[in-house]
Amino acid sequence: MAFIDIRDISKRYGDLPVINRLSLTVEEHQVVSIIGPSGSGKSTLLRCINGLEAIDDGEILVHGERVSGPGVDVNALRRDIGIVFQGYNLFPHMSVLGNVTLAPVKVLKLSKAAAEERAMALLARFGLADKAKEYPDRLSGGQQQRVAIVRALAMDPMVLLLDEITSALDPELVSEVLGIVRKLAQDGMTMVLATHEMGFAREVSNKVCFLCDGAVHEEGTPERIFGHPTRERTRAFLSSIRDAKRI
Amino acid sequence: MAEIFDSAPVRRLNIGGMPAAPTALFLTALVLAAAILAASLYTIEILRAALLQNGFAGWWVFGLSALLAIASFLIALPLARAFAGWRDARHAVKRNDMVAPRAARAQAQARCWIALGAVFAQFVVVLLAQFLLANNQAVARTFFFVPLMADTFPLVLKAFWINVEIFTVTEILVLVWGLVVALAMLAPGAAGRPLRLIASTYVDIFRAVPAVLMIYLVGFGVPLTGVPLFKDMSLVTFVIVALTLTVGAYTAEIYRAGILSIHWSQAAAARSLGLTHMQALRHVIVPQAVRQMIPPLLNEFIALQKDTALVSVVGVIDAFNQSMLIATNHYNLSAATSVALLFILISIPQSHLLERMMQRDRARLRAR
Repeated sequence: MAFIDIRDISKRYGDLPVINRLSLTVEEHQVVSIIGPSGSGKSTLLRCINGLEAIDDGEILVHGERVSGPGVDVNALRRDIGIVFQGYNLFPHMSVLGNVTLAPVKVLKLSKAAAEERAMALLARFGLADKAKEYPDRLSGGQQQRVAIVRALAMDPMVLLLDEITSALDPELVSEVLGIVRKLAQDGMTMVLATHEMGFAREVSNKVCFLCDGAVHEEGTPERIFGHPTRERTRAFLSSIRDAKRI
Repeated sequence: MAEIFDSAPVRRLNIGGMPAAPTALFLTALVLAAAILAASLYTIEILRAALLQNGFAGWWVFGLSALLAIASFLIALPLARAFAGWRDARHAVKRNDMVAPRAARAQAQARCWIALGAVFAQFVVVLLAQFLLANNQAVARTFFFVPLMADTFPLVLKAFWINVEIFTVTEILVLVWGLVVALAMLAPGAAGRPLRLIASTYVDIFRAVPAVLMIYLVGFGVPLTGVPLFKDMSLVTFVIVALTLTVGAYTAEIYRAGILSIHWSQAAAARSLGLTHMQALRHVIVPQAVRQMIPPLLNEFIALQKDTALVSVVGVIDAFNQSMLIATNHYNLSAATSVALLFILISIPQSHLLERMMQRDRARLRAR
């Protein structure tokens, strides 16, 4: 049984179909990369998985249990499915420690001390221990994004969704963020990442899905998708990326 | 492309020729300064005469006049600097290079304008003094009759305490009530629709009705209805309720605008961590919104503080009402001036204090 089983889902914004009968499975401890042109539905797909967007058709199962549709406790679902955004979305009025401990205290009902202990352990693990008392605006983009990842990890999620987390970063800061993702992959964290970092997707993922017009156009191992894509649009997309020297 | 640029005629940058010293500007400043000095001395002489006529005699009248006369001459300082600048500019022009005269002229012009600014400020002061002294000091006597102000001040201050009481209680109530209404206006989903409708109808109605009318309706109307519990409340309670209802509608709009000004991605981040709608508002959105709301809230509060003077329509003896009684008895408005001064006195420190608090908060959150 797949860990996440997305069956034939569709999502429209008004008349605009964003996701169109899309199916996808993610196994436990797998890293799945979603690639594809902008507007192909990568972000929307991730946001549907943790219920930030309601789907119009189809169903999503986690551990065999249906987590889409009316009546689902999305707050409970989101406890176990973490997401990290392109724009970090840290809370600017809280220190780093405040950002990381808010949800564990308010949602998981941990004591403040226990939440802070957990937060400090995570921050230390990712080289951010000395930033615990800083406010987000005083950190570099790379540091902010690492804090955002730690904030999601502090909920001890079963799966982490990463939505183009390096797209807003200066090139030299990308590697410090990807370093964390690599570490998490080695530890067996289940992850779904929408990304434009093709080299990284190739290195870290077990499966790559090429999204096009809101559906999975082609999927396979990174070697196959990047080495021998069989479908025309996949090839065209990858060669345009190659022309831009981004592989 | 290259040949297009090659074939083009040579263009030279043209930013003006040799500068000249700003003689006309300096002469203008000189003439106006001389005029204002004469006007100042004339006004001081009238003031001295008025003081002597009113029985204020002694050395301090002479001292005050002398001090004011010396102060009037201070206009010579910026004028002297303007003159020095003008002279430097003239010398620099004679040396026949471009850069130094340009800088000298710029400095001379700036100094001339500073002198003109000082002249204007002094002109305003002289005008005000002339107004107060006009018609045999009638203006000063009507609005600033010091003996009456001193005599009635304890009475006015005591009545002003009622204003303070009303606006302090109202401000606290309004902060809570406005938030409640704003949250109702933002209630999510289909279930929230009736709440949203009620809240926005309330805001529409109570923003439209003049505050003074609301005070009148509640303050006179509710006791007439004879509804138990309500009819026995004090008049001050009624006006507090009336003001809370009116100002609460404005405050709710300030809260709502503040909450909506926080980017939706903050709500997305909070909800994605499993926080509920209310938790996200309470811990993430509202604390950030409050920072946006503080300046308009202060505006609203200062407006409210002044609006407490409206309670006189239902007969509450507040500072304004008290000053009107004094004005009727003495045929003089000076007590009302005291009230105005009291309102000014409480409003200025609030804005300064708040500005400092916000600066501190910004320094804490923002990158250095």
